[in-house]
Amino acid sequence: MTAHSHDYVALRPSNERAFPIVVVGHVDHGKSTLIGRLLYDTGSLGEDRVAQLREASGRRGLDVEWSFLLDALQVERDQGITVDTTQVWFRSARRHYVIIDAPGHRSFLKNMVTGAARAEAAILVVDASQGVADQTRRHVHLLGLLGIGQIVVALNKVDLIGRDPQRVSEASEEIIRCLAENGLAATAIVPISARHGDNIVRAADMDGYGGPTLVDALDRLLPRASNLNLPFRFAVQDVYRLDDKRVVVGRIESGQLRNGDTIAFAPSGQAARVVSIETGNGVDRAEAQAGESVALTLDQPLFVERGQLAGPAEEPPATARRLRVRLFWLDAAPLAAGSRISLKLGTAEREATVLDVEEVLGMASMQTADRQEIRQHEVAQVLLGVARPLATDRHALLPRTGRGVFVRDFRVAGGFVVTDFDDAAPVEAPVELDATPGVVIWLTGYSGAGKSTLGRELVRRLSERGRAAHLLDGDELRRGLNRDLGFSDADRRENVRRVSEVARLFAEAGTIAVVSVIAPRAADRAMARTLVGPRFAEVHIRASLSACEQRDPKGLYARARRGDLKGFTGIDSPYETPVSPELVVDTEADDLATSADRLLAFVDNWLG
Amino acid sequence: MNDLDSLEAESIYILREAYATLKPIAMLWSFGKDSNAMIWLARKAFLGRVPFPVVHLDTGLEFPEVYDFRNRYREEWRLDLVADACPSIEEVDPTLPPNSRLAARKTLGLSQAIRKHGYRGIIAGIRRDEQAMRAKERVFSPRGASGEWEAKDQPAEFWDQYNLSQPPGTHVRVHPLLSWTELDIWRYIARERIPVVPLYFARNGKRFRSLGEIGITTPIDSKAASVDQIIDELATTRAAERAGRTMDHDSEDAFERLRAAGYM
Repeated sequence: MTAHSHDYVALRPSNERAFPIVVVGHVDHGKSTLIGRLLYDTGSLGEDRVAQLREASGRRGLDVEWSFLLDALQVERDQGITVDTTQVWFRSARRHYVIIDAPGHRSFLKNMVTGAARAEAAILVVDASQGVADQTRRHVHLLGLLGIGQIVVALNKVDLIGRDPQRVSEASEEIIRCLAENGLAATAIVPISARHGDNIVRAADMDGYGGPTLVDALDRLLPRASNLNLPFRFAVQDVYRLDDKRVVVGRIESGQLRNGDTIAFAPSGQAARVVSIETGNGVDRAEAQAGESVALTLDQPLFVERGQLAGPAEEPPATARRLRVRLFWLDAAPLAAGSRISLKLGTAEREATVLDVEEVLGMASMQTADRQEIRQHEVAQVLLGVARPLATDRHALLPRTGRGVFVRDFRVAGGFVVTDFDDAAPVEAPVELDATPGVVIWLTGYSGAGKSTLGRELVRRLSERGRAAHLLDGDELRRGLNRDLGFSDADRRENVRRVSEVARLFAEAGTIAVVSVIAPRAADRAMARTLVGPRFAEVHIRASLSACEQRDPKGLYARARRGDLKGFTGIDSPYETPVSPELVVDTEADDLATSADRLLAFVDNWLG
Repeated sequence: MNDLDSLEAESIYILREAYATLKPIAMLWSFGKDSNAMIWLARKAFLGRVPFPVVHLDTGLEFPEVYDFRNRYREEWRLDLVADACPSIEEVDPTLPPNSRLAARKTLGLSQAIRKHGYRGIIAGIRRDEQAMRAKERVFSPRGASGEWEAKDQPAEFWDQYNLSQPPGTHVRVHPLLSWTELDIWRYIARERIPVVPLYFARNGKRFRSLGEIGITTPIDSKAASVDQIIDELATTRAAERAGRTMDHDSEDAFERLRAAGYM
């Protein structure tokens, strides 16, 4: 392979858009070989490329190694595995296809996902002599999550089972079950031999099989249903100022928009009428539809910003603070319950907390694993909490605005689809954009968890940066404002109520009020949130009871154990662990500096 | 929407994502057909003006027609042109094959521009169907501190969710034309009447299909003297687009080495 060695890509000689498909399946079940064969058998390869392939295979002591066609990198050729998503075109009698090569090697799952997400349909390659394998299950599950509903099964290597109809039928049954478990069905199951070119283009004489060839089966696939008839959604990318005009730019993710429609933006909840729609030609449009990038002008100067999602005024997108998602995790470092993670949904970015890991499907065989952490390449169901309300949709209803990605260390670390969420009331936009509004950050947790220490540190760091911040410490307030209160449930509730009111006043005056009060009852913390309003964040300063008791900085646990202190939280009075705090800081796992860093990063992110 | 409408909408979406999140940002302008289509798309995305600089990595070895084209359209399109000279051939890795060294000068020119202007985003008009190494690219492709590309350890990219954030001291390459094919570009040029350098049109039975510098770009045999004739020619040809770019054929891995080091 000398000249032209990189130009294996078959030319796409047509004015029509190629039909994108992805090829998935277990490693060594024959994906790359099948792709090479598809290109050759459909006449999509030039003579010179076939000659190069024979030459390169020969130099490595092989007959014709079809998979070499895809292995553009020298090193990949030598290792015999495909490393990254590449795309190649081929043509059937009916239309043109682009294959996004999706390797099955486990460590390359992120490439498989990258490729498969762009596809209209998938070819699932299964080795007939091996049957459904680990990655077969994993890929099938991911196809479901990625929304690839059309699957053609290439039951490969039937020559290795002597083309035995009984064994073909058994293997097919197993695949049908595997697909059904993921809510999927095959559009066709075609017994093939990629190596020999049986049932790819040329129908092979196979006992008991009267179905289509692989290419016939592909030709019967339909394009993905358009999003035109779904509710209107518009993701805001940016706001441009042109002369005296403010123009909102973004993409219509679903549905249609007509000039003159009134649309509402979430999470602000504000609505305005569209007075012009432009697509960049300088010409006003009467309407625009899903998939179009448009520039809108509105009849009112709303506070619109990147990350908002617009919908019809009469049926605006929902906003959520807690989301239940199904996710696939790609990062090498696990995602654990309680950890914070950045997420992107549409053009919105949020800091989220993993409130609960409800189900983990383990790596090996997609079995349920009972643990609170999701490891690389695993699929899971989790509950997320977001600090600021997020506009979203249920994935089942509106796929494009009901899914997103996680970002960690500057990289996409996983993907999720929203299965459910709680509705949160729309948040009013700030009246004056330049003012620095105050907030209430409520630190809750056991005595000795580190609330006051962290609160002081946070206030110190914020003050250093010139932000007005003040610590409202529970113990201090009990010596003054609340000195008439004890530790009965009623008194604790009154304690929380008074502190909430004071904190709200601080916030209204533009101060960041940091509250360190145990507030053991979830209902009391909910009351605090209601009293303060949207500018309230609950932060769980977490340490186990035994750790706190060991620390016992004020000797209180010892006194409570001796019976000298009645109604002490954790000893003879309950602490209800927060289920949806905006942030969890684990002072047992992290030292003071790290914990303070996390708190500060949270505040920064929240306040922008 | 037809296929060109969809491609246009996607590219505009990508350009707006890049401009909203990567600052400062610049676009590479090589005066080739793809590059001109990209500027055309940017003018649409930003409603008539290109709000960031366009960078010409000038080796001093462009064809005279190319310099004429540059000088005319920087005025007509009101572009903020940055055209610093690339470092000389003496500064290039001498182990590279001769035809690749000119390309390596452009890599050096680009990292010089990134250092000088502090760009966090560089928009480049590469396409997947041009070349196998480029087929592996991401739309938003993070680069290392010295501009290098880790082809084997790229972040995932799906559902139009791009890697928009980046560690300090690094930049992101943005590829708004990645999904386009050579034919798409010509059809778009025809539809939108986008100007191109006349070297693309056949004279005396020869035309340039891919435009590089003098000395490392050879014309192909062709009778296509108009955009429509080029589209017809592409529908039947089986030759590769970059066959006339001698740097691609120095050795099996020359282009791979260039790209890993930061070439476009």
